[in-house]
Amino acid sequence: MPRQVLEDTLTADSIAADTALAASGDGSAFERLYRTHVARVHTLVRRMLDADEADDVTQDVFIRAWQKLSSFRGESAFGTWLHRLAVNVILARRKSVGVQRGRFITQDEPLEGVTARPVTPELTMDFEEALASLPEGARQVFVLHDVEGYRHEEIARMLGVVPGTSKSQLHHARMALRRHLER
Amino acid sequence: MNDQWTNRLSEYIDGELDATERAALEAHLATCGQCYATLSELRQVVARAKQLTDTPPATDLWAGIATEIRRESIVHRAVRRDRRRFSFTVPQLLAASIALVLLSSGGAWLAVQQRSTNTAEPAVTTQPSTARLANWTGSTDVAIAELQAALAQNEKRLDSTTVRIVRKNLAIIDRAIADARIALRNDPGNAYLNLHLADTMRRKVELLRRVNDMAAART
Repeated sequence: MPRQVLEDTLTADSIAADTALAASGDGSAFERLYRTHVARVHTLVRRMLDADEADDVTQDVFIRAWQKLSSFRGESAFGTWLHRLAVNVILARRKSVGVQRGRFITQDEPLEGVTARPVTPELTMDFEEALASLPEGARQVFVLHDVEGYRHEEIARMLGVVPGTSKSQLHHARMALRRHLER
Repeated sequence: MNDQWTNRLSEYIDGELDATERAALEAHLATCGQCYATLSELRQVVARAKQLTDTPPATDLWAGIATEIRRESIVHRAVRRDRRRFSFTVPQLLAASIALVLLSSGGAWLAVQQRSTNTAEPAVTTQPSTARLANWTGSTDVAIAELQAALAQNEKRLDSTTVRIVRKNLAIIDRAIADARIALRNDPGNAYLNLHLADTMRRKVELLRRVNDMAAART
């Protein structure tokens, strides 16, 4: 067996053992799960929402994971389960913030800012910064589709839009981001 | 740039155009340098998205999480314990029983394979009686002991990094087994705990077998 495969398998075994321990109430095992997965969750939250919400929402994701661990049956890997839970928490937060701010994704959401900015060396942004500066709808569709690998039909269901809107937002996002490719 | 095809380039990249549209767009790309260049840039964006890496938060968030789950545990401990004890459905109990049967037969098979002492594994029935559940680990313990003895002999054939990882993982599994055994002493008829112990022991057997196989392949 190749060493990398063995190490991956052993890591998966460690996570499975820690998941079982955490589900039985072992806080130390849950902390190990947190340390293994926090970068992935925090990055997802940061890309999907505003950066200043990332810490709060990440904490919320892990607290909910702890509360729901007893319902985790192991049909998928813990990381997959946690990622889906994080997306649900993010989307719930998006809805509540959207209601508060009256802000939702629309077909013709303007892409001013990123698209209007001239491409000059002085204004060249890091790709992550450019992503963060996209309008919320286009950013969320781009992250879910191009970074996380969801399909338009799934994204449309999650965001409460039609697949055509998801496709349109994705294209707008890509068109804006192409100006910020590192050269 | 603003021709009718520009807004279809992402769909083209994602393979979402039908054959007719795809052929028409490809014909257009052959004559429109601007669209061709845009297509290339969009492909770079898609490729760049796949290379993005995860970064941890600037500050450690664990303290806040730990405080919250500690508070939550104190409030709900009694309720959760009661709920857990009585929350098993018939299919879940059946699944637990099947897992125990599979484990016991797997353990017996391993014991035979290793030419061990051979007290046949007492069959675990689908009725989890306390006495039987309390004794079902016997032959698996024997199999694990023999596999561990074999590993002690074989370890020197593995590189130090692999040995370190294996030991670390065995320690985690052993801790899980010890916790489960302690819990079972207090509640020997608990099907959830028996299933958890069975699953954890199975993982240990699988890990030991895999590592021994790997070491044997290096002779």
